[in-house]
Amino acid sequence: MNISFNWIDELVGLRGELRDPRVLAERLTMTAAAVEKTENVGAGLDGIVVSRVLEARPHPNADRLTLCKVDRGAGEVLDVVCGAPVIATGGLYPHVAPGGELPAGFRIESRKIRGELSHGMLCSEAELELGRDKGGIMRLADGLEPGTPLAAALGLPDTRLTLDLNPNRVDLACHVGVAREVGGPPAPRDFGGPGWSPEWRDGDSEASGAGVTVRIEDLDRCPRYMAAVIRGVGVGPSPGWLAGRLLAVGARPISNVVDATNYVLHEYNQPLHAFDLARLSGAEIRVRAAVAGEPLTTLDGQEHRLAPEQTVIADRDRAIAFAGVMGGLDTEVTEDTVDLLIECASFDPSGVRRTRTRAGLSTDASYRFERGIDVHAQERALARCVELILATAGGEADLIGLRAGPAPAPVPPIDVRVRRVNQVLGFGLGGAEVRAALEPIGFKAVPGEGGGAGTEGDAGAGGDAAADGAAGVLRISVPGWRTDIAREIDVVEEVARRVGYDAGAGQDRRFRPSAVPADPRVEKAARVRELLTGRGLLEARSLSFMPEDFRGNRAVVSVPNPLSAEESCLRSAMVPVLLRRLEHNYARGNRNVRLFELGTVFGYAAGPGPEGEAAATGRFEESGRAGAIVAGTRRPDHWSGPALDFDLWDLKEIAGSFADRLCGATLVPFDDAVAVDATESGPSLAGPWLSLGGFRAVKDGRVVGVAGAVDAASLDAPPWAAPAFALEFDLAAVEGRPVPAYRKTSPFPAVRRDLSMTLPRGVPAADIERTAREATSDLLRDVRLFDVYSGEEIEGGRLGLAWTFRFRAPDRTLTDQDVESEMSALSTALEKRFGARIRRS
Amino acid sequence: MTPAGASLLDRLAAIEGKGLAAIGEATDSAALESARVEYLGRNGQLADVMSLIGTVEARARREVGQRANAVKTVLRGALEERAKALEGASRGPRARIDRTLPARERWVGGVHPVTRVIDEICGIFAELGFTSVLGPEIESTWYNFTALNIPLDHPAADMMDTFYLEKDVVLRTHTSPVQARVMEAFRPPVRVVVPGLAYRRDSFDPSHAPAFEQIEGLAVDEGVDFVEFRAAIEHFVHHFFGQGTKTRFRPSFYPFTEPSAEVDVSCTVCAASGCSTCKRTGWITIMGSGMVDPAVFEAVGYDPERYTGYAFGMGPARIAMVRHGIPDMRLLYEGEMSFLQQFA
Repeated sequence: MNISFNWIDELVGLRGELRDPRVLAERLTMTAAAVEKTENVGAGLDGIVVSRVLEARPHPNADRLTLCKVDRGAGEVLDVVCGAPVIATGGLYPHVAPGGELPAGFRIESRKIRGELSHGMLCSEAELELGRDKGGIMRLADGLEPGTPLAAALGLPDTRLTLDLNPNRVDLACHVGVAREVGGPPAPRDFGGPGWSPEWRDGDSEASGAGVTVRIEDLDRCPRYMAAVIRGVGVGPSPGWLAGRLLAVGARPISNVVDATNYVLHEYNQPLHAFDLARLSGAEIRVRAAVAGEPLTTLDGQEHRLAPEQTVIADRDRAIAFAGVMGGLDTEVTEDTVDLLIECASFDPSGVRRTRTRAGLSTDASYRFERGIDVHAQERALARCVELILATAGGEADLIGLRAGPAPAPVPPIDVRVRRVNQVLGFGLGGAEVRAALEPIGFKAVPGEGGGAGTEGDAGAGGDAAADGAAGVLRISVPGWRTDIAREIDVVEEVARRVGYDAGAGQDRRFRPSAVPADPRVEKAARVRELLTGRGLLEARSLSFMPEDFRGNRAVVSVPNPLSAEESCLRSAMVPVLLRRLEHNYARGNRNVRLFELGTVFGYAAGPGPEGEAAATGRFEESGRAGAIVAGTRRPDHWSGPALDFDLWDLKEIAGSFADRLCGATLVPFDDAVAVDATESGPSLAGPWLSLGGFRAVKDGRVVGVAGAVDAASLDAPPWAAPAFALEFDLAAVEGRPVPAYRKTSPFPAVRRDLSMTLPRGVPAADIERTAREATSDLLRDVRLFDVYSGEEIEGGRLGLAWTFRFRAPDRTLTDQDVESEMSALSTALEKRFGARIRRS
Repeated sequence: MTPAGASLLDRLAAIEGKGLAAIGEATDSAALESARVEYLGRNGQLADVMSLIGTVEARARREVGQRANAVKTVLRGALEERAKALEGASRGPRARIDRTLPARERWVGGVHPVTRVIDEICGIFAELGFTSVLGPEIESTWYNFTALNIPLDHPAADMMDTFYLEKDVVLRTHTSPVQARVMEAFRPPVRVVVPGLAYRRDSFDPSHAPAFEQIEGLAVDEGVDFVEFRAAIEHFVHHFFGQGTKTRFRPSFYPFTEPSAEVDVSCTVCAASGCSTCKRTGWITIMGSGMVDPAVFEAVGYDPERYTGYAFGMGPARIAMVRHGIPDMRLLYEGEMSFLQQFA
């Protein structure tokens, strides 16, 4: 929202440090609305003057050029070639003389254009950096003396403040609104023309007079429609001050009539529209629902086909404007317009929203109607507009004004308890301070029921005791423009804003614990991060979305309004998302990739959904997941020898640690015969990415994780890529951080025995270890496989395994005899159970 | 003492002096060895003197012998010490390898920079008694909008472009619905922070992502006021951004807070002198916040006359971008190794 500094100054007479636009901007930011930007408007206009075109004729050698004789004042008349097709003889235009500069710093010299000498140039708004209009030369209103500096004629330079309005503060979308926040009650400009105090013709839904009829067909869509009639106007350029104001707020001056409506919009926030009365068939206005398929061409030249949800202004025969959004081309005010009907209405916010959304339009008017206008100030706004037109375009206003629709209900007052103000804010304010905060911005406060507050006696009382003791209630009258204030808490916010969000400093408040227990999932996630980062993996974060099918891995829950096909579904598993990240790294030439991610995956719940408030979302199921992927070398390359690539055994360590240390689960080969309940919670953990020969983590008969090599079909890998391995675990299976109990350590030495054996193929190594433990006492502390060998030297295609066993007693040094008896029991068990042949060395 | 005895004592003194000098001057083991041979060797000077002891008259013999032994001990000690010193000095040069060769490195893992920001934020609020809780990402419009005083047909809804899964089901547009869920489940005092993902239909560009992290905070109890709210936020700012960081609260609007405030901190990148991060204002907006609107308390069944509270929401991704000078939000979500490694 653009605000002119000069305009605010004119309304309230800014004093002291507020005369610095930056200080004003800071004040607004801290108390009302953030000022995003301050910029100069009309800087660099030195040397550009008002000039009169004495004579204009076509350029002999170019169709689109005009030869002008231009009076720059003080008798200086120059020949100027002008690029605009329409230049009015006798009209006033800005002129920059040879040797002068445009605001952008472009220097103008005399030069020949198609054989004709041109001294300087006539300028458009865009060339003067006053607006975006490049189309034509900027026409100035009659009455200015040639030679007048352009800046002076337009009331420039000015500073434009761009406000980022909060949605509740539409009242700050106009200058009177902003002026109230920084000064006293604003004093609007005296236009110097006749006043207009009409005799009103009222009607519940229809009003007639001044030769026209206004009828509202749907009071829900349009609670009120007021109109004034002006006859005999002369449409032309606006006077400099008016054009300057509009340029300062970034609006384009169009004509004195249209500019008057825009001026009042920016002054009082009331959208207004001027119709060419002669073009209204039947001299009547109807506010009605659009008829399906009915045509309307708007001011911007767009043709629309209407729908009944849209509201239109119509005359007897056709739609002539979108209600509260934009006028129509057929009835717009042109240079030929003589008689006007000025509309000043209020429209239902959601109706305006529907109308403009369907039309694909968003305008200054719709912005304000959607957020709420001051329905109590419409008479004043209409009168301002009429008076401004009379002052700038002449004509005669009909003494009858029309008002269709019931008068707006008065704004109900709000009782505000001073105690409540302090309960919420803690500023320790007295009733008088609350009043003093509110009254400068148009609120009125009188002692309410319970009385007592706001008397002079407790002015500045400050302390909580005074506020509490007063039991004070203030009855607050809300000004009509504050459509956002309806509750006591709304007034509390106003008080906080006005006394400053930094009030009540220097107080202490006690520490408060929370009655809400921490979610255990937070610590579980931390444990996963600790485990995986400790193994050299980096945490990735991605966006929860995936395509419906990523290399054969499918998503389940689709998003009805996705941003793109790549993001058309919610992820159903973490690994496919990580595979995309892996491919991204491949695309950047990274061969060594170690990533993990924690996040949510989405699916549909099995079985009947829940009842009550949860029913809406109960059809869906969310599960917390951890996914990880590794590919490339186990360590960075080193000159001392080549680094090996990650293989299945590295993955088994990561997945095994995850299963064992974090979940209390057991990692088993994927095609193992261990009885496993195949059902998994929520969306499937495994996917097509998991190639045969992987692992499952099993806990209480349930699969809580999977791990394995990534199937080649699930990955678009370059030829230089190393094999990729991945895992995915259900975060719900992760347990809290365990607190291990101390076990006594032994001060006595351990005894080591190595044992080499051959076995028939197919005996799982895990069974050997388990049997060894079963066959021995608790003196056996550690079993470690140190070699696996096969080949010709081994008889009968058997497999050789070599183990180290460590024995240790807590209370004594073991003897050879102790160890030999253990080893012998162990060997016997292995021979019996598996047909192991122990190699005695 | 006889001349023979006296002369031997003189020789011993000379051997001691010269021997010590020779040992001290030896700069390598070869020089030291030749000194040893010269003075302590089998045919060395000391042995020479010892062999003459028998020629000394008996009563002086004892003194000369003791003296010779003493010199021998001194020289041996010096020799040993010197040998040690030389060995120490030579150990480097003897095993001189190029120690500028690269170390055998390991892959260093690490958490995502946004995770680090989330953990730190939650940790600082934990000091103030806040517990961390989580909530669902698929949410009903009741929790996401209605319970938070957001009418479905209101311009405020314009601020959030929503992914609808079904008519009444959305991907939550903020972590704020967890406010309502927590208050329904627990009685005050409530103090929680809620990290999690939120979703808006923003196209993926340098400063927007359709899914992004958010941290919601909520504190409700009797007597919680704006002053306490401000103190909590300032505590957080000082601990997260540094003691010298300034904080300012300015008016804002959220349907579920009133008064609402935008919290700005003095720009940490340019020390508030004006840079592109703070758009030359010297301030960076880090959170939206305010006192919980009584309508929210009514929706969850708290007595708004009895309880007051504050709520806030911030974007850890944006904070991570400011903290590390990351120019484009998309970098955070690409999973590129060379990016993530920088923060490990």
